[in-house]
Amino acid sequence: MSLTGSDPGIHWHVERRGILVNALSVGLATAAYGVSFGAISVTGGLTVLQTQVLSVFMFTGGSQFALVGVLIAGGGGASAVATSVLLGVRNAFYGLTMAPVLRVTGVRRMVAAQLTIDESTAMAVSRSVEHDDGRASRLAFWSTGLSVFVCWNLATLAGALGAGALGDPRVWGLDAAIPAGFIALVWPRLRDRRSWTIGLCAAAVALALTPFLRPGIPVLVTAVVAVVAGVLAVHQKALA
Amino acid sequence: MSAEWYAVILATLGCYAAKLAGHSVPQRFLDKPLVHEISDALPIALLMALVAVQTFAVGQTLQVDARFAGLAAAVVALMLRAPFLVVVIVAAGVAAAFRAVGWAA
Repeated sequence: MSLTGSDPGIHWHVERRGILVNALSVGLATAAYGVSFGAISVTGGLTVLQTQVLSVFMFTGGSQFALVGVLIAGGGGASAVATSVLLGVRNAFYGLTMAPVLRVTGVRRMVAAQLTIDESTAMAVSRSVEHDDGRASRLAFWSTGLSVFVCWNLATLAGALGAGALGDPRVWGLDAAIPAGFIALVWPRLRDRRSWTIGLCAAAVALALTPFLRPGIPVLVTAVVAVVAGVLAVHQKALA
Repeated sequence: MSAEWYAVILATLGCYAAKLAGHSVPQRFLDKPLVHEISDALPIALLMALVAVQTFAVGQTLQVDARFAGLAAAVVALMLRAPFLVVVIVAAGVAAAFRAVGWAA
């Protein structure tokens, strides 16, 4: 919203500080689950280096948890990779949203792509992309992306190093921490009856297939549930 | 190189490719209603499937054990708007307590 009549310089100064404070708080909030990721990954059998490589180079929490979760469950590399990448597909759509706002090329575009995650996109789209040529939206994207990157990686390292001291993961209930992490990740997406239906159908399909397929494959098959849900949604909207 | 490294590297490349694709391909390739709907549903389906399998599966068998108590506690924590780390710690703590007391395997 533009404050017509006020000094645009002062207005921007205030807005800028608000954006940076938000970016920092979002970074600190994600640090909490960076610690869980580091601890779960290392107690599950990945090395500290592998865990840290994921946080630096993959840098998208859901996919990182999925890769580690499927590997720990004995799902094998192929299904772990496929599940992880499928979960990362949503970032492509965030990129699609951000590209016209950021308008970057070359190395800056490659960095922007790496920082394109749930948090940076959400903070950027909450700011106006029209006012002042979208400068608030751009600042929100870059500051949130960088803040989360730094916090997430430091937290991963702390969790990974701390976990080594724990010993047997089952005694501490760490095997229960994995599904708890996944339910916490999906919770904000379970907004309405439709999303609950999709989620519960997928859960039922995965459990029904578990006795018959190698670990890891049942989760992957539930991508079909998402495709069916998408086709139905488009048809319903066409009829409405 | 170990199998874990292959998985880490391949999945990392795949995830980065998805991120870069969004910034690079022309809008019209991805900007279709069906593609949007499927991409909205995909994380919900995969994450809920992971919740279910990681709670009840041991290899290819299903069993109800302390993890289920942990998940139930996590859901209660989420309904009380607890932050991520609290949800995870509560789930682990409840599962560990069930085991310590001998209520669940």
